[in-house]
Amino acid sequence: MTARERKKLMMGLLFTSPWMVGLLSFTVFPAIYSLYYSFCDYSVLNPPVFIGLANYQELLFDSVFWKSTWNTLYFAAIFLPLSTGAGIVLAVLLNAATRWKGALRAMIFVPSLVPLVALGILWRWILNGEYGILNWGMQLVGLPMVNWMGEPETAKLGLVIGSLWGIGNSVVIYLAGLQEIPPSLYEAARVDGASNLQQFRHVTLPMLSPVIYFNVLMGLIGVMQVFALPYVMTDGAGGPLRSTTFYTMYLFDHAFSYLNMGYACAMAWVLFAIIASLSAVAHRLTQDRVIYGAN
Amino acid sequence: MNPTPKRFPPTFASHRHPAPIRRPGASARKLPWGLLLVLALLLGCRPGEERTADGRVVIDYWEKWQGFEKDAMAAVVDKYNASQDKVFVRYVSQSQIDRKLLLATAGGNPPDVAGFWSHTVVSYAEKGALLPLDRLMKRDGLLREDYIPAIMDGCCYRGFVWGLPSTPATVALHYNKALFREAGLDPERPPQTVAELEEYARRLTKRDADGKITQLGFSPSDPGWWSMMWVYWFGADLVDKDARRLTAGEGDGLTAYEWLDRYADEYGRPALRRFEAGAGQFASADNTFISGRLAMQLQGVWMSSFIDQYNPSLEWGVAPFPALVEGGMGTCIVESDMLVIPKGARHVEEAWDFIKFVQMQENMELLCMGQRKFSPLREVSPSFASSHPNPYIGLFRELAESPEARGVPRMTLWDQYRAELGIAFEEIWVRDTPPAKAMDLLMKRVKPRFDRANAAWDRIAEMRLRDWSQQ
Repeated sequence: MTARERKKLMMGLLFTSPWMVGLLSFTVFPAIYSLYYSFCDYSVLNPPVFIGLANYQELLFDSVFWKSTWNTLYFAAIFLPLSTGAGIVLAVLLNAATRWKGALRAMIFVPSLVPLVALGILWRWILNGEYGILNWGMQLVGLPMVNWMGEPETAKLGLVIGSLWGIGNSVVIYLAGLQEIPPSLYEAARVDGASNLQQFRHVTLPMLSPVIYFNVLMGLIGVMQVFALPYVMTDGAGGPLRSTTFYTMYLFDHAFSYLNMGYACAMAWVLFAIIASLSAVAHRLTQDRVIYGAN
Repeated sequence: MNPTPKRFPPTFASHRHPAPIRRPGASARKLPWGLLLVLALLLGCRPGEERTADGRVVIDYWEKWQGFEKDAMAAVVDKYNASQDKVFVRYVSQSQIDRKLLLATAGGNPPDVAGFWSHTVVSYAEKGALLPLDRLMKRDGLLREDYIPAIMDGCCYRGFVWGLPSTPATVALHYNKALFREAGLDPERPPQTVAELEEYARRLTKRDADGKITQLGFSPSDPGWWSMMWVYWFGADLVDKDARRLTAGEGDGLTAYEWLDRYADEYGRPALRRFEAGAGQFASADNTFISGRLAMQLQGVWMSSFIDQYNPSLEWGVAPFPALVEGGMGTCIVESDMLVIPKGARHVEEAWDFIKFVQMQENMELLCMGQRKFSPLREVSPSFASSHPNPYIGLFRELAESPEARGVPRMTLWDQYRAELGIAFEEIWVRDTPPAKAMDLLMKRVKPRFDRANAAWDRIAEMRLRDWSQQ
């Protein structure tokens, strides 16, 4: 390495050092320590005491842990397909729109900029069982009123509806993906007599598959950590009857309300394992179905 | 960097410094900020002692209040800052103060004084995060007997005093006199027994043609803040005398939950939940009691402020929660905000000086009057009650002094037990789970952790008690 290259390297390291210090201080170091704490009885206020696998063993018999895991998976299983489907449909419609294109894109994207706390308060009112605007609309078309957030059976669905409000981000990414598809492919399909639906099935979806894969994977990671919206909409209680107690909410309770930081760390590592496993499964299932441009 | 004093919002006088604060390490001001930040991150930042320009020690006081409650304490802080020239109290309002105090204490940089609740003090005390005040009280002649006993009980744990009261609160049955009159009930005679409460509630409940409840007499789940202590009204307890056994599901405790089950059966769970769905925020004109949709509500001493704010024309009264039998005295829940000194506070003597100042009768009354509560001190000036904006303040105080006044159990696992008691309540109220089964589920979830917490205490008890007695 020449002196000039060495100097360049040093300058590069110097300018990236704030990020590296931040990463080490606020991500790597806490992550390593949290792994250690997951094997400890640790209240934050007292030094950690090593207890081996006791926290992990306790998780196995903790009914609220299983309930929160089930709630999270249930929410993910409904929200992810819905948000993916709605995101693709909206992006295709926006891509096809010839008038008001900019305004329509803004209308879809702007809601995703609303802060989650404000969104939570807003949806509490929209879903109000007595005076909510959603129930008002349902009544207009002859549907019965639903006490969305007041019944254990419907509370998670209410959260799914509220969460769909923020799909603008993924729509923008889908839209970018759609615009990357070469028009010549559609022209060729039309020459071969493909209908619009067939073009969508055999051109759009395959060419969009890397973007779909990316959005689904990011969505999966995000949805498994869902926290702010249910926390705000249920005042942190996860009710009724823990029907909206999601994994991270229960983890948060142990860490900061019950002073069981060791237990919360064990939960965090289990969540990491769950997300990593699901991501691996998703990768495995889709690797033959994702078509990259180079292919 | 310009060395002009930091500016504070003009609305809170207590934030204003009488003179610029001289910060330690001012000579470093020419160093690049980025480098300072990195150094602070690497070395951990624990600021040195701050002083005002006239040499007063600056101490930090974190509180949880907002609005008029915050302003009431700001008046006391201002008075303290003006009363002497050695200490300056910097008063900061924090949300989720218990969580922030947890992290600040763990990080070795807590405030000097913090506003806490009687129900959170136990777990922090047991983990050694608070300073016992017994030595300081003894040295300066403050006595436990100076306070209403039930309130002082809430400040104590394992025989030590962990904080001194700031503003106490009791809860009582609030009722709408106009609705009583409409229903043919005497507005000056609130229900005396639980049976009467049921009868009154029936007469005060109205439904429309579809069976929808448009006006409800009473609901145990509105506002539901004390649902975890529901057994208290039926003479039961949540733990035994030594807090070694959970007793909510035993004897009278189970009777309390069976009553709850019957009550929900009578009105119909779907109808009750629909009524609850229409309830607005507590601090709003949509509050069920304030808006006149709920005729009787269990509420605290603070309620008068909200009635005055949102519906001053409401005709209301307050009575002790009904007793089980005629002539008996209903249980009353008493809680208190308190001032604590976190372990690791840098200015213990100065913090204690401020806490002592708040405990003086005149200052305590200034605070409690501002927050529209009653004084926790035994001695009260004659003008306090007569000039108090809450017309029922005397009753709230009597309830605190009553032998039936009870607070939350003194146990470290209270937060988890409370959450599970709330779930048991919901199981019965929402899902119609048989009370015995709901309590059985609760015991399965809480008992193992409760037993482990007790065992953990047994292991450290001797050491902790010795440490505390030496502090």
